[in-house]
Amino acid sequence: MENNTGKPWVELGLTDYEYEMIKEILAREPNYVELGMFSVMWSEHCSYKNSRPVLKTFPTEGAQVLEGPGENAGVVDIGDGLAVAFKVESHNHPSAIEPYQGAATGVGGIIRDVFTMGARPIALLNSLRFGTLSSARSRYLFNGVVSGIAGYGNCIGIPTVGGEVYFHPSYEGNPIVNAMCVGILEHKDLAKGVASGVGNPVMVVGAKTGRDGIRGASFASEELNEASEEKRPAVQVGDPFMEKLLMEACLELIKTGYVVGMQDMGAAGLTSSSCEMASKGGTGIEMDVALIPRREKGMNPYEIMLSESQERMLVVPMKGKEDEVQSIFRKWGLDAVVVGTVTDDGILRIKEGEKVVAEIPAKGLTEMCPVFEREAKMPEKLAEIQKCNLMELPEPANYQKTFLDLLSRPTIASKEWVYEQYDYMVGINTVVRPGADAAVVRVKGTKKGIALTIDCNSRYVYLNPYVGGKIAVSEAARNLVCTGAKPLGVTDCINFGNPEKPEIFWQFKEAARGIGEACRALNTPVTGGNVSFYNETKGEAVFPTPTVGMVGLIEDIEKVCTLNFKNQDDIIYLLGENSDELGGSEFLVMYHGLEAGMPPDLDLEKEIALQECTLKLIKEGLINSAHDCSEGGLSVALAECCLAGGMGAQIRLEESTLRPSSLLFGETQSRIIISVSRESADKVKAMAQSHSLAISKLGVVQGKSLVINGNSFTINLTLNEIEARYKGAIPCLMKG
Amino acid sequence: MKFAVIVFPGSNCDADCYHVVKEVIGQDADYVWHQDETFKTQYDCIVLPGGFSYGDYLRTGSIAKFSPIMNEVIKFANQGGLVLGICNGFQILTEAGLLPGALVRNKGLKFVCKDTFLKVENNETPFTLDYTQDQVIQVPVAHGEGAYVCDENTLEKLKANKQIVFRYSTSAGETFPECNFNGSSDNIAGIINKKGNVLGMMPHPERCAETILGNDLGKHVFTSIVSWLKGGGRNGE
Amino acid sequence: MYKALVYVTLKPSILDPQGTAVKKGLESLGFSDVMDVRVGKYLEVSLEAEDKQDAREQVEEMCKKLLSNPVIEDYRFELMEG
Repeated sequence: MENNTGKPWVELGLTDYEYEMIKEILAREPNYVELGMFSVMWSEHCSYKNSRPVLKTFPTEGAQVLEGPGENAGVVDIGDGLAVAFKVESHNHPSAIEPYQGAATGVGGIIRDVFTMGARPIALLNSLRFGTLSSARSRYLFNGVVSGIAGYGNCIGIPTVGGEVYFHPSYEGNPIVNAMCVGILEHKDLAKGVASGVGNPVMVVGAKTGRDGIRGASFASEELNEASEEKRPAVQVGDPFMEKLLMEACLELIKTGYVVGMQDMGAAGLTSSSCEMASKGGTGIEMDVALIPRREKGMNPYEIMLSESQERMLVVPMKGKEDEVQSIFRKWGLDAVVVGTVTDDGILRIKEGEKVVAEIPAKGLTEMCPVFEREAKMPEKLAEIQKCNLMELPEPANYQKTFLDLLSRPTIASKEWVYEQYDYMVGINTVVRPGADAAVVRVKGTKKGIALTIDCNSRYVYLNPYVGGKIAVSEAARNLVCTGAKPLGVTDCINFGNPEKPEIFWQFKEAARGIGEACRALNTPVTGGNVSFYNETKGEAVFPTPTVGMVGLIEDIEKVCTLNFKNQDDIIYLLGENSDELGGSEFLVMYHGLEAGMPPDLDLEKEIALQECTLKLIKEGLINSAHDCSEGGLSVALAECCLAGGMGAQIRLEESTLRPSSLLFGETQSRIIISVSRESADKVKAMAQSHSLAISKLGVVQGKSLVINGNSFTINLTLNEIEARYKGAIPCLMKG
Repeated sequence: MKFAVIVFPGSNCDADCYHVVKEVIGQDADYVWHQDETFKTQYDCIVLPGGFSYGDYLRTGSIAKFSPIMNEVIKFANQGGLVLGICNGFQILTEAGLLPGALVRNKGLKFVCKDTFLKVENNETPFTLDYTQDQVIQVPVAHGEGAYVCDENTLEKLKANKQIVFRYSTSAGETFPECNFNGSSDNIAGIINKKGNVLGMMPHPERCAETILGNDLGKHVFTSIVSWLKGGGRNGE
Repeated sequence: MYKALVYVTLKPSILDPQGTAVKKGLESLGFSDVMDVRVGKYLEVSLEAEDKQDAREQVEEMCKKLLSNPVIEDYRFELMEG
């Protein structure tokens, strides 16, 4: 392909305006290689050109933050000279085209982001969304994505310890696949993606370069349509075995202290890694593509620079240490080749042998990318949807049946079918397994544990992005707190529609406002993340889905708290208040077919009181279990506490001011169910009062049935009956 | 006692086994790289850990068996040395011919990670003497190709020689077909060679060797080895 | 240069859950006359050899040593020149 069509930049996804800017930066016309490099680096996926002004509003600083946004992963301090590196990333578009490889390479990419920082990955999580399981295509995507995550994570030997899966028609054509990785490092091993030290060599290590995934980054920045299927070549194939070797080699290399900088070749491959490293280092890089180990014959510079072959890294070691680097990689059977050097002129100069094929100021590809302040406008219909009167709705005829039906909604039902396919134990650190509020992994050699979660209820965000954003953060923090962990920081993955549409941009801006506000209040700075726009099919956007990944610290792993009821006769309390809020609930969709009203409210002050109180209760050993109330409300949360421990409960709900449906199934925020021994009951009540926190008795742990009595309803089911529906739902649908 | 944990490219339970040997049962351990052609020191027991050696790309364990160190492992086993293969280690042992049969795709076609109950069918081996006969232990599995198969003749021999060491069971020790989640012949979870010094098992005892991880009954596979080596074994030589 | 097309299949006595799943899939697509499906592996091995006989011996050896596991699998191959 040569520069002979009318406007080659348009075919590469650049606008006339952007093309003019490129000419200005170069002070000449770009050649085709350069144009290709600009087109991928200036895609939304790499440049955040549509989201940067909004992302800037997030709080990013805090005493615990060692690395904020801008690096391969965020890093927070956990004491004892140790830190946690973590990051989330989307792989939505590739997964829509080829679910197994799309999801697998998503996992591979996020793992590289974490070990590039010098951290040993110890856990994976994922946040997934699909259309409803009644559709064969959704089942195919769901099955493929889960297998892909399992295939990669299990093989490389990093446990997949937690996550979430939602099903909603808006994701039918465009699933959401967000993968999060968490690693542990010693402060002294912290590595960065920076090329400094003029004269230092630049090395390509890991797998060989092929033609796979060329221009994947710009593919991710387009809407999916019928032609997308034909873009299959853009999907890369992952090799977890290769990545395992690469990971071990890189971690061994970092321990030597010879690494100046290191960067994953993810989206936009060699182009992004080289220009980002040079840009951050305030340096230039000169390299020769002829030296790059290739898997296929006849690749031209354009293909080499834009290839997204997986399992490769760019490394800048100290000059003179090339042999040491090579010997480590040789031990692991991998290539490590010097392809260039760090220069002082700020230019990314690509040669093929002696011939210069591209010459671009490194910052021209990164910092100088145009930034757009998009127009934001509230969707016209939204006000009407929010105003929907939910107070007049008829009550269900049979609460017990409704309860069972809710338990078998795929979004609420047990995700055992999913997580049994993931090796969640390899590494022998998993103290709290999938299926809990948050996963907990121990930190060997210390008394500490790390709690991990990823959360977002996108229906709330759809109904009110600001409140939905606040809830996503608050619920993530609440989940961590239920294990006894103090939340430390956030990595977020923004999955929205086309930001060029004012309604979509409004959703994004509002959600970000909510996220920012909650992060500030809960002292959980945003340390990084990823933006995925253009999640649309045939012009219809997915529900706005800003998933929030969060890590927290448990000082004493022996004190970890779990959701299951543990002792017969323990008293069950609710921390927080019930209120009449059905808006956005799973019950409302299921029973009334409505996705309307306002989502539950969230009062950050109350949330803080709840979280502080719960943390103290756990720290002082006063409670035996804690579980957040979320989708499905109080009744579902109680069922989960019962099933997890195989113990029943006798519950009496006496609040007569609330409709039973709201009381049982409403999704009011800032509520945690705890169980307490009789001896500790008074102390627990006193603690709640000292935090000005409402506490009410729900009942006692008893027998092998869950019995919920109210003024006008009774639910009385054995745990076996409940379990059959809760655990049977997804396997049953997947057989279909 | 000194244990060797063999590290193949793609092993991923090597560090877990090492941790249990060193930190949980307090014995010496070395990692031994698959490219080594000889053991540099004398070992009392060799552990082939779980993982995906060589990506398990052709068949599980099929390429690992040609690693240089495997000649040493085979020699060690033939001389009566204790060899424990867990998960991928078990697969390698069958590929290398140190144990009969083979491990094939789970009947449900999916990778399965969960707790299982195992009935100790033979507590007179060097790997199980710290268990009681017929004891039921809860041990996690995590594999996609763990269905044990062998021909009828071999199965009869395994039974006759008490070579079946662990079988999937209920928590009460009943070896019902429905406990056989992966489709193994006769609910087999672990077998020993005829000589009684090479054990292969699909479940991961190293994953349940500390109470913080759920239960610590798995550690007795490792303590049994130490007991046996100290001469307390019923098979003690 | 020779090219060997190697087919590795599960022995008839070994259960093939993958084959069963494919059979079910075909049936659900309306291929109701499918009697049985067995899934195997297909490998292309390019090799240098003195003559066809030598190539055949080499491939035979490869199949026995690595490409198949005689406990569970059978193999056969076709040999082509060039």
